[in-house]
Amino acid sequence: MLGFVNILLGGIAYGFVLFLMAGGLSITLGLMGFANMAHAALAMVGGYTAALLIGKAGWPFLAAVVMAGLTAALTGAILERTLFRRLYQASELEQVLLTIGVVYAAIAAATYLVGPEQMAIAVPAWLDGNLRIGPVDLNRYRLFLIVTGLVLLVSLVGLIEHTTFGAKIRAAVFNRRMTASCGIDVDKLYALAFALGSALAGIGGALSVKLLGLDPNFPIKFLTELLIVVSVGGLGSLRGTFLAAMLFGIIDVVGKYLLPEIGAFIIYATALALLTVRPQGLVGRPR
Amino acid sequence: MSDITLDLARIMVVNRARWTTIEVAFWIAAAAGYFLFPAKLVLLTQMLIGGLFAMSLDLLLGYGGIASFGHAAFFGLGAYAAGLLAAHGWGEPLSGVLFGGLAAGGLGLAFSSVIAKVRGAAVLMVTLCIGLLLFEAASRMPWLTGGDTGLQGIDMWPLLGLFEFDLFGRTAFWYAYAVAFLLYLAARRYIHSPEGLALKGIRENHDRVPMLGVSTARRKMIAFTISATIAGMAGALLAQTTQIVALETLSFERSVAALIMLTVGGLGTLIGGFIGAATFIWARDVLSALNPVYWMFWLGLILIALMLTARGGLVGALTLLTNYLARERHPR
Repeated sequence: MLGFVNILLGGIAYGFVLFLMAGGLSITLGLMGFANMAHAALAMVGGYTAALLIGKAGWPFLAAVVMAGLTAALTGAILERTLFRRLYQASELEQVLLTIGVVYAAIAAATYLVGPEQMAIAVPAWLDGNLRIGPVDLNRYRLFLIVTGLVLLVSLVGLIEHTTFGAKIRAAVFNRRMTASCGIDVDKLYALAFALGSALAGIGGALSVKLLGLDPNFPIKFLTELLIVVSVGGLGSLRGTFLAAMLFGIIDVVGKYLLPEIGAFIIYATALALLTVRPQGLVGRPR
Repeated sequence: MSDITLDLARIMVVNRARWTTIEVAFWIAAAAGYFLFPAKLVLLTQMLIGGLFAMSLDLLLGYGGIASFGHAAFFGLGAYAAGLLAAHGWGEPLSGVLFGGLAAGGLGLAFSSVIAKVRGAAVLMVTLCIGLLLFEAASRMPWLTGGDTGLQGIDMWPLLGLFEFDLFGRTAFWYAYAVAFLLYLAARRYIHSPEGLALKGIRENHDRVPMLGVSTARRKMIAFTISATIAGMAGALLAQTTQIVALETLSFERSVAALIMLTVGGLGTLIGGFIGAATFIWARDVLSALNPVYWMFWLGLILIALMLTARGGLVGALTLLTNYLARERHPR
């Protein structure tokens, strides 16, 4: 029984890792409606920034994670201004192919610049080891992920649903021309929202390196998982993304424990079944 | 309706189905490739098979507007079905291709009702999940599929009982050419039939087609099943001509590659898939000979450039050129 609790906790922690990375995608793909396949590539930028700053330059962990977010935000903003902006009105397929082009270029660039080997990240002593609460052993790093994820969820939902910034974005997505007519600079708004999504990708990437590892194939390896989390949760709903991340995190870890021989099969089957029954996602409204 | 209107309509339908210069040129050039590049027959065969796969996606995406993000599921299933049949003692090629098509078509039919139900981004996600599901299933069943090492022991009988599959890939080339050409003719028939026109109608205006008394769900189900069948046959061809089936035939990367080939060649033209595949596979051959990492980098840059500038792909550009030349020759 205790073993099962620990596995469940492992699943929840993995769910938070997924949420940390998918939260940004929920903004760019879900809210802004841009089929952004390059999200995991931005997470990789964050991951490498943090790992290199800690490993090579000796930065403290938290400062490196913040810097990872900033670097990814800057990269995302540059990509948005130079490339993505031109395809906001284009079809999903064109957006997909453009951003996949970015993914391929990013994989090649990472292999060239950093090398194809796995990158490890060192965490400070206060995040290492276990914390014992009663009979349960809790990994400190996983606890840290859970707390960070919860803070992120609350602040994102607050930002999108309770501030004028969030209201403006939702208005611009709903009716771009009408919003522009109200004197809102939609172009700038989209750039800001995209940078925010990219910053979250960078932070998520930096925090996930310890659990998921990091190599140049990261952008393809985790792209599909993130897409599934965001679309099963329901496009445009952060709560949905959170719910789906928890669901898949738990199913994945528990499934791999109970039925190790079928691996990730159970995840994809669940996703397919959920999308069949609710194409609009767990929380989404039918369009 | 007056006779004139009917005649006009008839002329339009006939004109629409007329062979274009590009189509004729491609099939002649492909046959000529056999004599011009006798050392590159394996590569040429790959181009034909890749083209057939891209064409199957074109039926769905270019004509029906249904984007598939996991079409390799059907390609790979066809490849494994034909490969397993041959590895277990039935090496007759033509029935193997039919078997591969049947297996993939069956799976396509099973999922087609889901595809007919969902729209927009959800279509991409459902097809993505189908692709991932099959890849995962194949990699978890090494006793059946050979897992990471691939399915081996495929032993092909002579084609029609006459032509042995030789080491240089001569038989394989003509075999792939014939099957691809026949399926191309069949696909042409399909898209110029009322069924195909209804499919185009769905692409152009999804909500208005039901007002004409045409069931969109049925049209989509038929298109998806046909497309899956052809993809499966292309996979079966690959399995038979290379005599190995790798997990890669089911991969996400292969699904994406088909989308890229199609966009490079030109959507909604049928021949665009073949031209795009030939370009893509040629470029991959040249660029990855330098360094596999370079190839990915260039592929990325080419995709970005393509999306920012050229819509309509190579066929679009070639059509503009041939139209221009035709006007030069017959000034009005």
